[in-house]
Amino acid sequence: MKHDDDTSLDRRQALKCAAWAGSGLVWTLNGGVPASRLIGSAEAAATGFSFVQISDSHIGFNKPANPNPNATLAEAIGKIGGLPSKPAFMIHTGDITHLSKPNEFDDADQLIGAARLDVHYVPGEHDVIDENNGAAYLARYGKLSQGKGWYSFDHGGAHFVGLVNVYDLKAGGMGNLGAEQLAWLAGDLKPKSASTPIVVFAHIPLWTVAPEWGWGTQDSAEALKLLARFGSVTVLNGHIHQIAQKVEGNMTFHTARSTAFPQPVPGSAPAPGPQLVPADQLRGFLGLSSVRLAHGKQPLAIVDSTLSG
Amino acid sequence: MKKIVLLAAACAFALAPRLSLAAGEVTVGIDNFAFTPAEITVKAGTKVMFVNHDDIPHKVIAQAIKLHSKALDTGDSFSFVFDKPGDVVYFCGLHPMMKGKITVTP
Repeated sequence: MKHDDDTSLDRRQALKCAAWAGSGLVWTLNGGVPASRLIGSAEAAATGFSFVQISDSHIGFNKPANPNPNATLAEAIGKIGGLPSKPAFMIHTGDITHLSKPNEFDDADQLIGAARLDVHYVPGEHDVIDENNGAAYLARYGKLSQGKGWYSFDHGGAHFVGLVNVYDLKAGGMGNLGAEQLAWLAGDLKPKSASTPIVVFAHIPLWTVAPEWGWGTQDSAEALKLLARFGSVTVLNGHIHQIAQKVEGNMTFHTARSTAFPQPVPGSAPAPGPQLVPADQLRGFLGLSSVRLAHGKQPLAIVDSTLSG
Repeated sequence: MKKIVLLAAACAFALAPRLSLAAGEVTVGIDNFAFTPAEITVKAGTKVMFVNHDDIPHKVIAQAIKLHSKALDTGDSFSFVFDKPGDVVYFCGLHPMMKGKITVTP
């Protein structure tokens, strides 16, 4: 195995290294998909910054799969407070609420606000089912966004893009970005150099996880084409309430767990939906993702943790 | 009264998978991310009631006839009178892989 020690390690070479201690991470290969975990204090030596992703908090849900999603969201926020290094900000990949009700948004804001971090939201389909089709979400979180709530920002040399794929869904289809948003994305990415690390986040996966359950975005290929020229692209999603990962070329796709309830693995149940697990095991299915971006050409390291771990 | 109608509708479903009823009220359930039954035939003027039995909200949309229900939480229902003969295809606005068809006969 070729293993150069210079800084020109590309992603493929980096993934070949079972142990990659330089950035304080241990990589393991599982079916071709890298998983990583931090090595205790070695993390402190890493440069760059980290941010956290939470998803699918479904505040307002009250069914047996989790009668108290407020409590599990509070636990997730508590875990963020206990991270060894303070994240730069938080991303919430949608389904903040269950039914887009003002009191649900209020509760979510109060619970998430305890983290004292800037939070960058994108809506899930559950956040835009108020009477005015998403007006409540946009009034609260969309002040700096374009169109139905998409936007971008820069942090630490990386470019972050929040996309919205829960509007104008077509019969028989999956998530939908739409022509207006894709045109905006093309313009947004245009001035960025190919060496800029890109992090894209949206609610419904931007790769097809399970078309029979609508777990994909029908026009995501258009977005991925625009992203193809960049050396490092990380795509973070929610919606499916479980971890799914894929690496394709320079793109890493990752979905986060929910903080409220799990959903079945595709193929293991006749339909998606809240999965009832024994109450004492629920927290093993819920959690958050922490993403570390080191300076240089290394891929982003995504660390998932559960509420029970 | 509602219960009797539901019962009558349920019996009709049991007797005829592609039921054809006199104008009245018919119920379509939403169970496990599926409209049940997914295809029905009704006489023009029939009121169809969609009832969500899932733990997740759903939304009934038939663009051709500008039908847009509100989001139906668990136990919520939405009724619509189909008065124009023809085929009406509809889907869930939140989970568009869920599809159904109502054939309205004169």
